[in-house]
Amino acid sequence: MYGKGLRALSFSTVVAVTGALTLVFFYAPLDEEQGFLQKIFYVHVPLAIIALCGFVLGALLAIAHLRTRDPRWDMRSYVVIHMSLIFALATLITGSIWAKGSWGHWWVWSEPTLVSFLIVFLLYATYQPLRFAIEDPERQARTASVFAITAGAFVPMNFIAVRLASAYLHPRVLGNTSNLPGPMALTFVVSLVAMGLLFATLCKYELTAKHTRSQLRALRRRLGALPDTPSPRRSAAPGQGVAGQRSIGARVAGGGAAP
Amino acid sequence: MSATGQRASERGAVPAGAGRRPAVSMRTAVAALLRKELLVELRTLESVPGMSLFALSTFVVFHFALNRNTVDGDLAAGILWVTLLFAALLGVNRLFVADAEDGGFEGFLLAPVERGALLLAKELALLIYLVVLELVAVPAFVLLLAPPFAHALPDLLLVLALGDIGVAVVGTLVAALAVRTRARDLLGPLLGLPLMVPIVIGGARASSPLFAATHAGSPAARWLATLALYDLIFGLIAYAVFDFLLED
Amino acid sequence: MFLLAETPALPLHTAGKYVAAAYVVVFAIVLIYVAIMAIRLGRIERDLGELLALDEDAAGRAEVQAHEALAPEAHEDPSRESAPA
Repeated sequence: MYGKGLRALSFSTVVAVTGALTLVFFYAPLDEEQGFLQKIFYVHVPLAIIALCGFVLGALLAIAHLRTRDPRWDMRSYVVIHMSLIFALATLITGSIWAKGSWGHWWVWSEPTLVSFLIVFLLYATYQPLRFAIEDPERQARTASVFAITAGAFVPMNFIAVRLASAYLHPRVLGNTSNLPGPMALTFVVSLVAMGLLFATLCKYELTAKHTRSQLRALRRRLGALPDTPSPRRSAAPGQGVAGQRSIGARVAGGGAAP
Repeated sequence: MSATGQRASERGAVPAGAGRRPAVSMRTAVAALLRKELLVELRTLESVPGMSLFALSTFVVFHFALNRNTVDGDLAAGILWVTLLFAALLGVNRLFVADAEDGGFEGFLLAPVERGALLLAKELALLIYLVVLELVAVPAFVLLLAPPFAHALPDLLLVLALGDIGVAVVGTLVAALAVRTRARDLLGPLLGLPLMVPIVIGGARASSPLFAATHAGSPAARWLATLALYDLIFGLIAYAVFDFLLED
Repeated sequence: MFLLAETPALPLHTAGKYVAAAYVVVFAIVLIYVAIMAIRLGRIERDLGELLALDEDAAGRAEVQAHEALAPEAHEDPSRESAPA
């Protein structure tokens, strides 16, 4: 169910990313103020936007989970948040590189987007420790969903607050996204689309892998074999601890009915 | 405080979730729960004295760490808010512990009461703890670190009140999230700190002109608005999601 | 809002390194992810192989049991009834 469409999605991602990179390096004009360094903008800002959308999407998926109690929504929420966290880390790294190049320091407090991202990153970095500190899978999923909703609501609030605080101190350092000349705007939009597709592909990839693993586990339980190496990492995949337990007698009596 | 009181009376008219009519009105339930919280705290004294002592020690640490006898402006506002925040997190840690360990959650779930009552009661309790904390910590702050403190008391009280409401709301939510985990002492502050950053921003920026060395001003309206907006949004969200944390 | 006029327009050979570094970082993250997925895929294949082997074992045993049931013999091996490991 998850793997369907993965091929088409990854193919469009390849096309979009290649197109975006081509536009960035061969089509977009050089910025007057920042010169070649400004090209980082085309990877840093889409990363930021997609990460933020991902966090909000994670919150929406968590709402769906709490309403329907379907553990699949929880798995989707988990994967999306996990991926957004990675994208947020990439945002911080690329933003830091940009700051070093244009301001001379690896970190600047005067860039509100970067500061907001640091706070959001610190918040979502607690998501996995929170999950893995709860044993019962259903309670784990529910608590994680509550956290995802709270944190998702926090993200826009945080951005507003930090932007207010920074505007008070310094003007923006790394440039803004409005008033882009035509070719730059086109390049930016294509980069954004490419980043979004990359996010979607990676998430789908992850969901398929998790789903397959949980199905294998259920199959293993049904065939009566215990895994010889219990997985050290607790995963959020549904199918854990769900009634897949049949009595050993039934399994032997039924034999391994060939599928 | 009036904001939360008004919400309670509105909610008293709304039936509980899942079509269950509460036998006890919201206001009565909250009052009873709050009374229990305060009684327990008065008898055991496990939160507020610790929080206050922690705040005092922190001021001393700041004196040595910064090597300053007096602080003013941004520095004063920052020290005050950081200390209050960390002391609050200490109280947050202990907020639901008794309920989790001694079966308080199960007992509450059996009662014919809307579940939001527990949230509101805990929020009010934490708010009261914070107010008591500040009754000790703010005079201590003025005494130990001698910020220039002109006629700014009413403004400061307003800023503190708005910030306290935010800390109470978010702190209660975070405590409820963390209490059922294995690492509750660690996860509470870890979850709470990033969430409370906007409170620090609003509170510190708003109180900074109150401690200014020259021309003490009044808090900018935008920071008060930020705090109020934060309180409102998170108050609503906490109320919406709290039910899901209680089920088991 | 305006771009700060003080930010220097770096010459290409210094700016180029930073731009390259940023893109390389993103590329590296994606590649690391691909590598992690490859490891997971390997584990899935191994699990699947194990389960298939188990299934064949069990199917083989069921056949043998069916044979013995059809042609009852004087000596039956009781240890045959062992549960799958």
